[in-house]
This record gives sequence, structure tokens and C-alpha cells, in this order.
Amino acid sequence: MNLFAIAIKSVRQRAVASSLTSLSVALGVMLMVIVLVANGMVERMFKQTATGYDLIIGPKGSELELVLTSVYRLGVAGEPLPYRFYRELIEDKSTRIRDAVPLTMGDVTQQGGFPILGTTPEYFTLPYMYEADGTARKFRIRTRSRDGQHTGEGLIRNPFDAAIGATVADRNGWDVGSRLKLVHGGSDGHVHDEEFTVTGVLDATGTPNDRTVFVHIEGFYMISGHEKPLEEALERERKFFGNISQDSAKAFAREEASGHGPVPEAQKEVTAILVNMKGNEVGEQVLAESRLRSRLNEGVQAQAVKPLTQIDRLMQNLVGPIRTLIVVLTSLIIAVSGIGIFVSIYNSMADRKKEIAIMRALGARRQTVLCVILAESTVLCVTGGVLGFLLAHTLVLIAAPTIAGYGLVINPWTFSWGELVLLPVLITLASLVGFVPGMTAYRTDVARTLSD
Amino acid sequence: MSLLLENIRKNYREPDGRPLPVLAIERFALDRGEQSVLVGASGGGKTTLLNVIAGITLPDEGRVTVDDNDLTAMPEPVRDRFRAERIGFVFQTFNLLSAFTALENVLLGMSFSGTRADRSRGVELLKRVDLAHRLDHRPGQLSVGEQQRVAVARALANQPSLLLADEPTANVDVANQQNILELLRNTCSENNVALLLVTHSTDVAGQFDRIEPLDSFNRPASGEAP
Repeated sequence: MNLFAIAIKSVRQRAVASSLTSLSVALGVMLMVIVLVANGMVERMFKQTATGYDLIIGPKGSELELVLTSVYRLGVAGEPLPYRFYRELIEDKSTRIRDAVPLTMGDVTQQGGFPILGTTPEYFTLPYMYEADGTARKFRIRTRSRDGQHTGEGLIRNPFDAAIGATVADRNGWDVGSRLKLVHGGSDGHVHDEEFTVTGVLDATGTPNDRTVFVHIEGFYMISGHEKPLEEALERERKFFGNISQDSAKAFAREEASGHGPVPEAQKEVTAILVNMKGNEVGEQVLAESRLRSRLNEGVQAQAVKPLTQIDRLMQNLVGPIRTLIVVLTSLIIAVSGIGIFVSIYNSMADRKKEIAIMRALGARRQTVLCVILAESTVLCVTGGVLGFLLAHTLVLIAAPTIAGYGLVINPWTFSWGELVLLPVLITLASLVGFVPGMTAYRTDVARTLSD
Repeated sequence: MSLLLENIRKNYREPDGRPLPVLAIERFALDRGEQSVLVGASGGGKTTLLNVIAGITLPDEGRVTVDDNDLTAMPEPVRDRFRAERIGFVFQTFNLLSAFTALENVLLGMSFSGTRADRSRGVELLKRVDLAHRLDHRPGQLSVGEQQRVAVARALANQPSLLLADEPTANVDVANQQNILELLRNTCSENNVALLLVTHSTDVAGQFDRIEPLDSFNRPASGEAP
């Protein structure tokens, strides 16, 4: 019969007190693990999702807000950029831009309120994130496309095509062929008459793309009310660029004459532009990126931000202190649980002096009875720890689908390195809280105790 | 020789700090397989003597030798291990651990000796004390007589050469007294174990060939060993 078997016997004898003590440890550990898992997932999700693009170009204003709206679909987009700005940017070879994907947003689905993202088919050809080891993750679709492909390439080829994220498909029960309507952004809640047809369902990506509906940007512009009134658009163009393009002038003339025709460029806007730079060497890319950022940020029209930098700042300035606070609080909870174990074992020592003395009389050494008490506190701590670990991951498992609805896709069995630290921490805690009662056992006067 | 006490002195302290002599024994010996009963009044130092023999308490002076090993010269951890291996102890109040079953109490006796707890031997010992049907019962589920039989089995678990029994029948009824005594004497005879039993009961003492009144060789009042 080893020390742990003896310790477990003792723990079982005081089952109610032991269970409550372990439960208090379990609750502390559960909170700690939830904090670690959530923190790890949020950080990974934000950082990885933000690594898909070198730069995000958008209107002047908050850099963080631009990243949150364009990549994470959180918050409300600011005043959009004229489409002409986007066109001139991609036509300008000196910028050394390789990919520039325009985004328009603001509307939501009538069913479920999922954000609508107007973009070009190119959006699905680019990796949406890079793993920590540098592996590019590209969009895949659940069922094979007409070309027999599983990749996202070729989606939203027609103006009223739509591709939907996995969460949207699951929540709304939509599949290829489903038809959907858009609700205008803002407070009026106007439902647009135009219908889009789902032509592809994306595989789950673990990113905000899962809860997004993608429509062709041209289709987005063709929705009545989405085009900026021509006079207002021309006025903005004049202010923004200092002149009016030939296309705009023609469109104005055409509207004066008939009032019909394709949506002119002046009436189109983009919320943001996702950009990847050209360059075979990292240094070359960084240089091009830096030049473009300087050019735009020193101007008055737009800004270019590095998404990863913004997310790092967000983590450091907002999430970091909150995480530290929660970790401190949960550490205190675990420490209080440790004190609970100490009190529980210490109080039991008065009743167990006889037991200790009997063991000593049977030949147990002082160190042996000390170790039995330490083993007992370790059993209580580690049992509580394991229970807390399982409780935490079960809770995350239960909550994951709900959280996914808010855009945070969580793998409940993702393991945080911080959790590994918990085991030695708990064993240290057990040693600390078991030491004083253990020394009481160590110093037990066998002859006197047996004669009492 | 299984047990030899030489020039043992043990004093306690009075509340005012003066020494209170409890043991003063010049010589006491017990051969291997021999059975002896120590008779003495309560407070006469019987339990202290057993504690000194078992190495639980050290004498202030003198030497305790068990199987030619001087307990008083051993460091405490060695003495503890020696006690676990060579000395069996049956207490007046049985002193079984309430969280453990009858079998586990016996196995616990083996655990501290450094050898692996042998379950089959534990079962065999409990069969020998007629408790084969009570292996998984906890002390609270056993009668008083059964508890003392478990204590006897536990004391014999490590095949000791010396078994100390401190008033083993004091807390059991008359019918069980005889059973316990026979069990102790028979198992010690079968295993060639020296038995030293202390009691204040003349009825119990009367069943032994060698009866040693404690005050015949322990004279603490005189201040020196006789």
C-alpha cells in the first residue's frame, strides 16, 4: 500500500469535506483555464486573421476601426472612399501593389442579420490567413463547384451571385440555390428588393468569414439606393480629387439626357481595400509597403494600416491589461482554494493524530507520515485541477457555437501552454498548504498520543 | 535471545520539573518463542516499558536489544523500520484505522516494513484468525472481538520475532478474552515468536507459565536499578 493509496483512503473518509475542498480548487482552475483558452483563441484568431493581408487602405480616421470593420466585420464603417481612388491606385504601377481587393459593406442579411460584404471574385483567390508556421490557408467550398473544384476560386462570378460562410449556412439553413435579400445598413431597416442567389457555401475557416455573406461588388452597387446621388457624388469627387473624371462627366451628361444606364464610377464607393505588395524578397515587400503607407498617410485622402500592428496594439492596450487582471483574480481564487485545503487538512489533524500515531507505532517513519499528508493535499489539488480543466473545456465546448455567432470561432480543445504551468503550480500549492499540517504529523508524540 | 533489557532507566517530568522515575530495570530477557506475562497495577509503567522495547520511546539510560540489535543505538528512521520488520504490537484499544478495511489494516502493517504488501499473506492471516468472511469490512462494521483479531493479524503481518501485547483483552468480553489469548499464544507458538503480554488481570496472567510481576524487576522508586 503506497503513500498515495493511504492518502486517498484518508481523503475518501472525509468525502464531503474533501469534495468541497477539491471543488473550490476546480472552480478556480476552471476560471483560469477559461481565461487562458479564451485569451489564446482571441489572440490567435485576431492575429492570424490579420496576417492574410499586408495593408488595409481605407478612409482617414481610426486605424483600429478600419481593421475591425474590414477584417473582423465589427463596428460601423466610416465614410467610404470613391471607387475612382481604388481604380487609380491599381492603375498606378509605382505603388507595387500585387493584389488589391475592394470591399463594400454596411448591409446585413434579412435573416439572421449577418454582414454583407461586397467584393470581387479575387477575394477568394487570396489566402485568408497564414498559420504560425507560414502555411497559407485558402478558402474552400463545401461542395464541388461547377468546375469540379473545392477551392473558393470562381465564386460570385455574376453580379447577383452570393457566397456564404459556414455559420451563415448552418444558422439560416441556406445552401447553393438559396435566395436572400439585404437589409439596408443604418437605422431605417429598409429591405432591398433585389435578390441574390447562393452559388457557393464556404468551408468553416474559424474566422469572421464564416458569418459573412459575400456578394459581387457590382451587384452591391446595382441595388437601388446604394449608388450615391450623382450630384452629391460629383461634388465629393471634386473635393476629393480636385477634378472630375471623364467617366463622371459622361455619366452626368447621360443622366441629364435619359436618367438610365450602368452605375457610373462616381457613384460607386469602397469601404476598404485589402492589399498585398509585390516583391520576391521580404525586404522588397516591406520597402514597397512602407512607401505606400507613407504616401497615403501623409496625404489627405486615405490611410494605409498594417492590420497586425493594430491588433498587437489592441492586445497590448486593451486585452492585455484585462487578461492580466483576470489572471490575477483567478490566481487569487486558486490561492484562496489552497487556503481552504490548508484549513481542511489542518482541522482534520486533531482527529487524525491517533491515526498518525498508530502508523508510526506500526513502523512508519516521520517522513512517511509527512509525505502522506503532502500526498493528501496533492490529491485534493490535482483532482480539483483536473476537474477544473475538464469543466472549463466542457463549458467552452458548450459555449463555442454561441460564441461563434459573434464571430469568435473557438476550438474547445485548443490547449494553452499556460494550462501546462497549472500542474506544477497546483503541486507547489499542495506542498505549501500541506506542509504545516504535515509537520504536525511529523512531530506527533507517538507514546503520548496512543496513551491519550 | 529475542529480547534483552539492560540497565534501563526512564524518567518523566513532574509538573514542577522534578524527575518522575518510571522504569529502573537492571536486566530482563526473553528467548525466541518464549511467552511471558508482565503483571502490574495501572500506572506502574507497563505501557512505557512496551514503548521502550518497541523503540517508540527511548530510555534515558540503558540498552534494549532485540534479536541482538541494539535499538537504543539506532537512528530513529532505522529504529522505525526495525520495529516494522521485527516487532508486532497489539494495543489495548486495537488501534485499527477506521478508513481501512480489515485486510487493508493488515496490509498497512506490511507497508512500512519496506517489503511489498503481500495481499495473499494478508488474506491468509485473516483466515487464521477466522475472519476470512470479513476481509472488506471496516473496523466499525466488526465486533469488538473481531477487531482485536484483526489487530493480532496485523501484528503478525511482517513475521516478527517479538510480539508485544498491551492489555489485549481489557476491552473485550469474557468469552472473547479467552479466544484472543489462545489466538495470541497459538500463533506465536506456531511461528516461534516471543510474546510479551502485559496485563493487570490475574486471570489472564494465570494462563502463562512465566509470570513476571513488573515490580519484581522494575524498581523506579529506589532511584536505581535493583
